[in-house]
Amino acid sequence: MSESYVKEFESFAGATTAEGPEWLEPVRRAAMDHFARTGFPTAREEEWRFTPVSPIAQATWRSGGVGGIEDVAREQLTPFVFGHSEWCTLVFVNGEYAPALSSPGSLPEGVLVANLADALRNGNGTEILERHLTRYARIEESPFTALNTAFLRDGGLIHVPAGTDLPHPVNLVFVTTPDAAGAVIHPRNLVIVERNSRASLVESYVTLAPGARYWTNPVTEVWTGANSWVEHTRIQRESEAAFHVATTQVEVSRDSHYRSFSMAMGANLARHNLNARLGDQNSEALLYGLYITHGNQVVDNHTVLYHDHPNCHSWEVYKGILDGHSHAVFNGKVFVKPEAQKTDAKQTNRNLVLSDHAKVDTKPQLEIFADDVRCTHGATVGQLDEMALFYAQSRGLPAEEARRVLTYAFAAEVIDEVSLQPVRDELNRLVLRRLNGEA
Amino acid sequence: MLEIKDLHAGVAGKEILKGITLTVNPGEIHAIMGPNGSGKSTLAQALAGHPAFEITGGQVRFEGQDLLDMQPEERAQAGLFLAFQYPVEIAGVTNAYFLRAAYNALRKARGEEELDSMDFLDVLEQKLKVVDWEPEIMHRAVNHGFSGGEKKRNEILQLAVLEPKLAILDETDSGLDIDALRTVAQGVNQLRRPDNAFIVITHYQRLLNHIVPDYVHVLSDGRMVMSGGKDLALELEARGYEWVDAQAEALTK
Repeated sequence: MSESYVKEFESFAGATTAEGPEWLEPVRRAAMDHFARTGFPTAREEEWRFTPVSPIAQATWRSGGVGGIEDVAREQLTPFVFGHSEWCTLVFVNGEYAPALSSPGSLPEGVLVANLADALRNGNGTEILERHLTRYARIEESPFTALNTAFLRDGGLIHVPAGTDLPHPVNLVFVTTPDAAGAVIHPRNLVIVERNSRASLVESYVTLAPGARYWTNPVTEVWTGANSWVEHTRIQRESEAAFHVATTQVEVSRDSHYRSFSMAMGANLARHNLNARLGDQNSEALLYGLYITHGNQVVDNHTVLYHDHPNCHSWEVYKGILDGHSHAVFNGKVFVKPEAQKTDAKQTNRNLVLSDHAKVDTKPQLEIFADDVRCTHGATVGQLDEMALFYAQSRGLPAEEARRVLTYAFAAEVIDEVSLQPVRDELNRLVLRRLNGEA
Repeated sequence: MLEIKDLHAGVAGKEILKGITLTVNPGEIHAIMGPNGSGKSTLAQALAGHPAFEITGGQVRFEGQDLLDMQPEERAQAGLFLAFQYPVEIAGVTNAYFLRAAYNALRKARGEEELDSMDFLDVLEQKLKVVDWEPEIMHRAVNHGFSGGEKKRNEILQLAVLEPKLAILDETDSGLDIDALRTVAQGVNQLRRPDNAFIVITHYQRLLNHIVPDYVHVLSDGRMVMSGGKDLALELEARGYEWVDAQAEALTK
C-alpha cells in the first residue's frame, strides 16, 4: 500500500527540491523511507486498537495541487474567522495558502507570521526553520507524522521573538472546498515563542463542503521558550465524511506555561495525538478538550505528557458529549521520569452519553518512576444527573430544555478554561448550535 | 389553593407517606415539623413531582388542577415552587443564565413574551435586594462552590424572581448560622402576600421565630399526628419529638 506514496513522493520531491532548503531534503527522504517500511498502523497495534484507519489506508488519495482557492469568497469564511480584523489570520484552502483571503492584522515588531511554503522558498526565517522544523514531531512515533513530514509543503509559521507580547491571537484557518474530495492534505505548522513572550493561536480545520470525503493529516510543532506563556486553541470541524489524523507536538521550556484547548466536532474519523514534553523545571501544561459527536463519528484523543524534570505541573480535563452511534476514545498517558520529583499531574476524562448506542473507550495510563509525586486520574461515563434534571424542571424548564441546558453546562464548564473571551464565545456558540440541532 | 387528601407515597416499593391530609389557603403559612425520617422531605418532593417517588394513593389538587397528573415543569408553571433541602450544583451555567431560562419558561407558559438578558437584569436588580445580594453572584455557576448559606439564599432568590403562588421550603434553615437564617427568613417575609402561601418544613422551632406560621403540623412516620397554632412549635421544642412519638403510638393503637 505504501508503494503508491513512494511513487508519489518521487515526483513530489523532484518538484520541491529545487525550491526548498537543502537540509530539508534528507529529512523528507528519511520520513518517506520510514513510512515505506512501516505503512499504516493496523487495529492490532495497541495505539490504534479502537480507531480503524483502514478506510484511509485502503483508499487512494490525490495529493498536492488540489486548487479551489479562486472559488472561495471572503464572506464564506465569516463563520470561521471570528470577525476580528485586528487578528492576524492566515487562510489555507485545501492546504494551500490563500493570501487574498488572509489578513495581516496588527503584529508587534519582529514577529514573523508567514506561510511555510513561501518561507521555505524565499528563505524567510531560514534559521528558525532549520533549528526547529521537524525536530519535535518524531517520524518514529507515528506513520502519519512520517507521511506529513515527507510531503510537508504549506502551513503556518509563527515566530515570536523574546520579550514580546502578542496582543491578539494568530488565527490559522484550514478550509476545504468540494475540490478536496478524494484528496489528502498535509498541513504543517510551526509555532516558536521565545523566552519571556506571550502568544496565543487558534488553529481551525473547517469545511465549505460538508459531505466531502477527504483526508487531512496535519502536524503542528510548538516550542515555548523559558518563562513564556502560550495558549493554543484547536477547533476541528471537518466534513462529517472526512478523515482527520493530527499530531500536535509541544515542547515546554523552563518556567513556562502552555495551555491547549482541543475541540473536536467534525470528521467521520478523527484522531488527535497531543504530546507535550515538560522539558525543564517549573514548567506547566494545561490540556483541555471537548468532543461532541453524533451519527457514526469516531473521535479519538490520545494525549501524552512527559514529565522529564522536577517541579512541573500538568493538568488535563477532556470532556465528551456523545449521541447517536458515535464512538469516543480517550487515552491519556503520563510519563514521570525518576528525576521528575515533585511532579503534580492530574488527569480527568468525563463523558456524557446521550444515546444508548454511543460508546466510549477511556484509558488513563500513568507510568511513574519518581517517588515524591502527586499524580491522579479519573474517568467517568454517564448520563445527565437525574437530580439536576428534576431541579431544572422544578423551576419550570420543560424536560427537553432542561436536558439541553445541562448538556450545555457540561460543555461550558471546560470551555470556561479558555482564557480568551472571543474564542470562548465562539466555542460556546458552536456548542449551542450543535445542541439546538443547527450544526 | 392546595388540597391534599389521604396522600400515600413511597420509594422503591417502601411506603413513606401513609395518608397525609392538608389544606392550604392563600395568605397562609403552614409549618410542618417532625423528626428525621418522618416523611417531611418526601412530602415536599412528591408535591414537586420528583420522579423517584411513587404515589400509591390519595389526591392532590392545586389551583383546581390535579397536581399528581402534572410534570414537574407543569407544576412550576402552575405556580408551585420547592426550595430544595440540597440545592443542586450546576457547573458551567451561570446563575443569571439559569434563572433567566426558568423565568422565561414560566412567562412562555403564561403566553407572555420572553425577556432578553438586559430586561431581565432590571427584574433581577430588584429581587437581589430581597436576599441582600450583590449582582456579582449572578456570574457564578449555579450553586457551584457556594457555601451552604449561599445555596439556601439562592433558593430564596429564585423564589423571589419566579413569584410562585405556593412555595414549599424544605428544611431551608438546616445548617444555617443565625445571620444566614435571618436573611432567609426576612426574604420570605418580604415575599409574603395575601394571594400566596408557604409551607415551611423544618426540623427545628428556631426558624419559626422568624417566619411566624399560622398553622403547625407534626409529621411522624408518614402521618400527620398533630396540628395546631404557632404555640404547638414551642411545645414541641420543650417536650421533644419523643413526646410526639408517644402521641403517635397512642394514635395508632
